[in-house]
Amino acid sequence: MSIHKIQTPLKDSELQKLKIGDSVLLSGTIYTARDSAHQRLIQMLKAKETLPFDLKDQVLFYAGPAPAPPGKPVGSIGPTTACRMDSYTLPLLDIGLKGMIGKGARNQTVRMAMQKHSAVYFAAIGGIAALLARCIKSSKIIAFEDLGPEAIRQLEVVNLPVIVVNDVLGGDLYEEGVFKFKKN
Amino acid sequence: MREIKTDQIVQTVRSLCIEANIHLRQDVIDRIQSCRDQETSTIGRQVLGQILENADVARTSAMPICQDTGATVVLLKVGQDVHITGGSLSEAIHEGVRQGYEEGFLRKSIVQDPFRRTNTGDNTPAFIHTEIVPGDQLKITIIPKGGGSENMSEARMLTPSQGLEGVKQFVINRVRISGGNPCPPVIVGVGIGGTLEVCTFLAKKAIIRPIGQRHPDSFYAELETSLLNEINQLGIGPQAFGGRCTALEVFVEVRPCHIASLPVAVNMQCHAARHGEAVL
Ligand code: SF4
Repeated sequence: MSIHKIQTPLKDSELQKLKIGDSVLLSGTIYTARDSAHQRLIQMLKAKETLPFDLKDQVLFYAGPAPAPPGKPVGSIGPTTACRMDSYTLPLLDIGLKGMIGKGARNQTVRMAMQKHSAVYFAAIGGIAALLARCIKSSKIIAFEDLGPEAIRQLEVVNLPVIVVNDVLGGDLYEEGVFKFKKN
Repeated sequence: MREIKTDQIVQTVRSLCIEANIHLRQDVIDRIQSCRDQETSTIGRQVLGQILENADVARTSAMPICQDTGATVVLLKVGQDVHITGGSLSEAIHEGVRQGYEEGFLRKSIVQDPFRRTNTGDNTPAFIHTEIVPGDQLKITIIPKGGGSENMSEARMLTPSQGLEGVKQFVINRVRISGGNPCPPVIVGVGIGGTLEVCTFLAKKAIIRPIGQRHPDSFYAELETSLLNEINQLGIGPQAFGGRCTALEVFVEVRPCHIASLPVAVNMQCHAARHGEAVL
């Protein structure tokens, strides 16, 4: 299990090196999007409208942060359950989305589509949101402000710690991890 | 009759919301520490270490432990000799939540309607459960309940013939299929008996029992221990990356039930197991 430092936008050559269980320290621009934001992005795609940001080679963080206290760019922030975004994910992979950060397993359809598009799913640790907030250097709402915590935020992150769950080879850390430690 | 003013209730709820979201309770911290010491998975030990570090950072920087500061579940035990003055009791609770979530920079996670999902903007309404008890005190318990773990919860009406084995299988299976979604290590609250709504509420009350405290009936104490052991052999581990520590605790609460029924409910609670209580 190695540690990689990766800068966004993601590059295929770097994603090829990632194996399940590897630690990644992610830096650069990433975007938050949860259920309602996904729903709107998909509606916009269907209506052939231009999305509020270009998803090509980008990373979506399934997260809705707590409000920023004075002097901080953002409040506590961490991953939400990724499977709720499964039904929205394929069209986003089709337009170039390369990385997703969440928690919990993806369904078979998304896993196959990720492999096809050489995209990677990372887990961030859920429930360590005060710690993760330290990696966020700036935060700006770029779409759907009316959604409150569900608005899309553009974040600048430095060394955000995530773990590779689904690599480009189709591996799945949740399956292999449980298999290794199961007692009966 | 003892008078309690709604102002005091607002203030208490306000501070409990902030406190509970920022301070991870010591019994939870202690159990996570001992689980880390016993964890055989390297990545699992790292995860547990980071959870402990996060609890520290949250406390010292007054930031919420988790960004999901929950739906605010409120348990009230109202002494029958208490007289609430100065306005409505439930409005005082909602106002306390409103103030606490605003002033504590907590996330507002409630939508007004299940389908037309507009955020209410202040985390109200709180979900209030009231019990009338003897005495002249008012006990307020605040449970900021995260969505990720709540979504992995389930109630099922089993038949009496499915018995203890049926209940155990239901509980263990619930944890297994939840995988990483409820942010393991989890606390598993199990409600058995009563009616559909009673067993579900028992499961909710089970998650706030102090860690390490066993059921007073040795039959159920043994059930808790054996469920905990079996769950921790599933291999799920911290954050489901594989490991030994899947659950920190299993708590079982029971009630009498109908001759035809064996209701059971599981309420999943994440390691960010938050609650706060005060007695007025
Ligand atoms: S399940 Fe708990 S720890 Fe995980 S994100 Fe939700 S509230 Fe936070």
